[in-house]
Amino acid sequence: MEITMTVNGVAHKDDVEPRVLLADYLRTRLGLTGTHIGCDTTSCGVCTVLMDGTPVKSCTVFAVQADDTEITTVEGLKSADGLHPIQKAFKQEHGLQCGFCTPAMMLVGKALIEQNPDPDEDEVRWAISGNLCRCTGYVNIVKAIRAAAAESRGTADEGPALVDLTNEPSPTVSAPVG
Amino acid sequence: MTTTEQPRTSPEICGLGHSPRRIEDDRFIQGAGHYVDDIVLPGMLHMAILRSPVPHARIVSIDTSEATALPGVVAVVTGELMAQHNLAWMPTMSGDTQAVLATDKVRFQGQEVAAVIADTVYTAWDALELIDVDYEELPVLVDPRKSLEPDAVLIRDDKEGQTDNQCYHWESGDKGTTDRAFAEADRVVTLDTHYPRSHPAPLETCGCVADIDPATGHANIYMTSQAPHAHRTVFALVAGLPEEKIRIISPDIGGGFGNKVPVYPGYVVATAASLLLGHPVKWVESRSENLISTGFARDYHMHGELALRGDGRILGLRVNLISDNGAFFSDAQPTKFKAGLFHIVTGSYDYTAAHVVADGAYTNKAPGGVAYRCSFRVTEASYLIERLMESAALELDIDPAELRRRNFIKSEQFPYASPTGFVYDSGEYERALDVALDQVGYDDLRREQRERRDRGDETLLGIGIASFTEVVGAGNSRDFDILGLKMFDSAELRVHPTGKAILKLGVKSQGQGHETTYPQIVAEELGIPASHIRVEEGDTDTTPYGLGTYASRSTPVAGAATAMVARKLREKGRKIAAHLLEASEEDLDWEPGRFFVKGAKERGVTIQDVAFAAYTNFPEGMEPGFEGVHYYDPPNMTYPFGSYVAVVEVDTGTGKWRVRRMVAVDDCGVRINPMIVEGQIHGGLAEGFAMSNMQFITFDDSGNCIGSNFMDYLIPTAYETPRFELGATVTPSPHHPIGAKGVGESATVGSPAAYVNAVIDALSHLGVRNIDMPVLPHRVWQAIQEAKH
Amino acid sequence: MYPPKFDYAAPRSLDEALGLLSDRGEDVKVLAGGQSLIPMMKLRLASPAMLIDINRLPGLSEIAESDGYLRLGALVRHNDVGNSDLVSRRNPTMAAAAPWIADPIVRNRGTVCGALAHADPLGDWASVMLACDAEVVATSASGQRTIPMRDFITDVFTTALREDELLTEVRVPVSGSRTGGDYQTLERKVGDYATAAVATRLDLDEDGRIVGAGIALTSVCSINTKVTEAEALLIGQQPSTELFVEAAEIAARTATPQDDVRGPAEYKRDVVRVFTRRGLATSLELAQAG
Repeated sequence: MEITMTVNGVAHKDDVEPRVLLADYLRTRLGLTGTHIGCDTTSCGVCTVLMDGTPVKSCTVFAVQADDTEITTVEGLKSADGLHPIQKAFKQEHGLQCGFCTPAMMLVGKALIEQNPDPDEDEVRWAISGNLCRCTGYVNIVKAIRAAAAESRGTADEGPALVDLTNEPSPTVSAPVG
Repeated sequence: MTTTEQPRTSPEICGLGHSPRRIEDDRFIQGAGHYVDDIVLPGMLHMAILRSPVPHARIVSIDTSEATALPGVVAVVTGELMAQHNLAWMPTMSGDTQAVLATDKVRFQGQEVAAVIADTVYTAWDALELIDVDYEELPVLVDPRKSLEPDAVLIRDDKEGQTDNQCYHWESGDKGTTDRAFAEADRVVTLDTHYPRSHPAPLETCGCVADIDPATGHANIYMTSQAPHAHRTVFALVAGLPEEKIRIISPDIGGGFGNKVPVYPGYVVATAASLLLGHPVKWVESRSENLISTGFARDYHMHGELALRGDGRILGLRVNLISDNGAFFSDAQPTKFKAGLFHIVTGSYDYTAAHVVADGAYTNKAPGGVAYRCSFRVTEASYLIERLMESAALELDIDPAELRRRNFIKSEQFPYASPTGFVYDSGEYERALDVALDQVGYDDLRREQRERRDRGDETLLGIGIASFTEVVGAGNSRDFDILGLKMFDSAELRVHPTGKAILKLGVKSQGQGHETTYPQIVAEELGIPASHIRVEEGDTDTTPYGLGTYASRSTPVAGAATAMVARKLREKGRKIAAHLLEASEEDLDWEPGRFFVKGAKERGVTIQDVAFAAYTNFPEGMEPGFEGVHYYDPPNMTYPFGSYVAVVEVDTGTGKWRVRRMVAVDDCGVRINPMIVEGQIHGGLAEGFAMSNMQFITFDDSGNCIGSNFMDYLIPTAYETPRFELGATVTPSPHHPIGAKGVGESATVGSPAAYVNAVIDALSHLGVRNIDMPVLPHRVWQAIQEAKH
Repeated sequence: MYPPKFDYAAPRSLDEALGLLSDRGEDVKVLAGGQSLIPMMKLRLASPAMLIDINRLPGLSEIAESDGYLRLGALVRHNDVGNSDLVSRRNPTMAAAAPWIADPIVRNRGTVCGALAHADPLGDWASVMLACDAEVVATSASGQRTIPMRDFITDVFTTALREDELLTEVRVPVSGSRTGGDYQTLERKVGDYATAAVATRLDLDEDGRIVGAGIALTSVCSINTKVTEAEALLIGQQPSTELFVEAAEIAARTATPQDDVRGPAEYKRDVVRVFTRRGLATSLELAQAG
């Protein structure tokens, strides 16, 4: 069946079997492997993507159902302006460990912040309760989403200066002596 | 160093005690992690496995003709075909054998029976439905106590000389001394409890892509492996492939927690299929397959007895346990210790008599016995002693905190020889407990508890303590091996001429942050900024041999190897620096990143100068280059400890309970990256909560697995998971090069008893003394009803 | 896991959908939210020959009040109910239940009518609708009929819908302003089915007397069950703790739970007792405040 889908701003036209799951279509046909698959029962949520802005579990939507929709996956978070605030916040707050649930958590966080710019801890925990994480105990995921919300509101704490291993400090190599 | 002390290195160098953000996060937050299922190779085929729907049956026949005829199916593999290649059986990590594809019988529900290899994964699954297997069902054993009865049906009739369902008998400690201690006791407190079967259930399931080049016979096997080097050796032994032609590559791993330590039949079949078909073959298990067939954990039926004096001093401990090992004994654990390190069960307390008897039983359940976020059965041990302490406190009417204080091993007693043969390295147990009680406001909570009881509140308050001691970092090579492979680990450090470096390790991160923390160790020791060091792990062709990441080994063993190799290079660097500075080595001092002449601090060279000189201007006669490797054989295990206090509210109307507070004070020695340490503790506390509250696998009497998907195998969401309050003390390990102890598992080990003790504490005035995990609402309700009658 | 093959149609009009249904009724499944159906297909517990995807049908996504009814179209998602001011003003039972359906992401997709038609005995919405005396509207190529909720679910996973019928609407009578309701549920975690749950509704007159009452049970009978005996007891009475305790006893007696991994029958029966009492108390508070 012929479908047209806009994924991360790019239109894709494809012929797919009706039984192909959206998660599978994104991963294998489009090579967008940031969307993961973790269960068979619509329980874990690691496959969550945004469909017309709303989080859905892409393992429980057929690709044909996404015909004529706009899909956002983790690969679509970064823009010409750089990383999305939610991405920066997840790194800053140590909101991830193995990284498997992270794309879904960030997308759910992004959708939440768009609806509720200042979610409290309870609201964040409730919003991500369709998504499992085995590594973090959720503590820093919650912090990251709230930090991203604050950043988006422009009220982020300046906080202490950060040490970021990926921003290389300049090494001091003096001239060899002797 | 304590957490409040300043790091020795500058933020630019970023050694121990700094909390730099993680290097690995840059790819994960962009969806650019690279997991096994993300791998696509040209000509790749897909494999799906047919599993037994019945738990115990003789296979009469397997008809694959319809499946083979389905368009898109390339091959259907059965045990018969595997047997032709001598691959129908494989060794387990415990020296038993396990069926790869069943030939004679199936011995658990979900056992691998056949595999389909097809052009798409959809076709492979379609074809599974077309395979017709005729099973002749046999009696089913789901209770290990029944399977040990004399007339029980024999599960392992494949094993020569096996006449019953016992897979091991093992003892530790001294029976005579222990019997005498019990004879002298004023009180004996007993506890019978089942630590239920659990499953690590990382969000990424297990899988592999096997790619064997038909022309050269070179095997590239991408797999979800926590121990790639050990797996390469196992593959060489199982498949008879020459080891130099096997390359195991473990890419990013979406959580392991022990699940990815064993070798599973799927890996072997996919590899055999690739060999036979000349195509890469991908196998990624579904969640259901993951839960019903791969490494379970726990499942210990424990009977514990504590001998006490009237004043609460412990005289001795006696434990009898039955381990439910499933159909194949495949505990991933040191060869010498059949019940893992369970004999750490004497806990944080000082007494001289203990005796542990363990019997392993075969049952018609999945094999496993993996160390699920645990150092080889330490979790079961810690739970038992901490639950016994709660029982003892209630029976003796001594406050549980006070009872612990009276029995703690004192800090001056370290190194402390335990009655079961461990030598605890260091500890300050009472300090950790004091910090925790102070942080939680213990006395106020006790007051609130009394008030609620007096008022007859429907919601009761409970406070539960666990003061655990772990044993991690296997091991020393005298005592610890897996399949004969000694449990050392390794680090290879190559410092390039410009002073940048690559560090290669035999361990494999599954989210623990190795790419960030190991560079910090090098930064501390060698002064090279952590940001200048890239970490490579998981590729057996490019990294030095090691036993892998599990049992909190990485920091204690590979972390030590990293410090040691950095020190080796520092010593070489000193010689080069002396050459550059035209001074004698003895006249040089070191500060992080720089050698200088004693008394003339301005006369110095940086480590970058030294690295450059190692390639451009080294002393005559010196071996060129600035590279090294170290294989670290630890002198002893490390013994992280801590005190946890859980505060719960129990709704006596429904039996549902929630955690109001969870204070966790951990002492894991020196903290490399406090942010990552805290993240590890958060995760462990959540998994401990999961086990105490909801997460378990059970079976009905017919051997059907209940817990075969995430609707039945319950994992807490952010909504149920408690909020955690962390505290820390720092007692360095005296024998570890940087004083670190390992922390990945402490909270899973220590926290379950705290949660359960809290529920028991809430209901203790009603006479409730035990509720087995998971403490489900109906179990709480039942305990209350039983206490009423 | 991956579903078996099927034919797929996504009609753009109700007529087209109903035509397909009447042509191929026997082996067709209607795909609305798909949050129960698709997992069952992936696990190969369901293998319909054809799916008729109704998500593109116009006019079925509304929550509206008209002619004394609160009406929910076939494509109203669980979260639409949870986020609806109209629902929270008009039907506290529904508002209380909405957050406990499945999980937040599933609620974005799953539909109320789909859940009713699925008729899972562990489903929550049917109890809410029973307590609120709802009706469902069944539409086919040959016409339309309304079915009272108490006649709709006939057995486990079985409803009174004919093969050619589509459930196009569920509607609930709107009571006066003094109405209260609750949904007490025990789940082991978010996304779990209820171990036991009780939907309650109380309507009061000016004097505070109970003039309308609804009680229905989830997960503790072979299908969702309306406790008519307790409802009859309440109607016409002044609310009191003793009255609620008596109603709770009837509810507990009405339940016929089974022993399973969620607990023994006696436990579930006791939870029904506790929840009915608590649910009625909350309903009363809301009604009195309303």
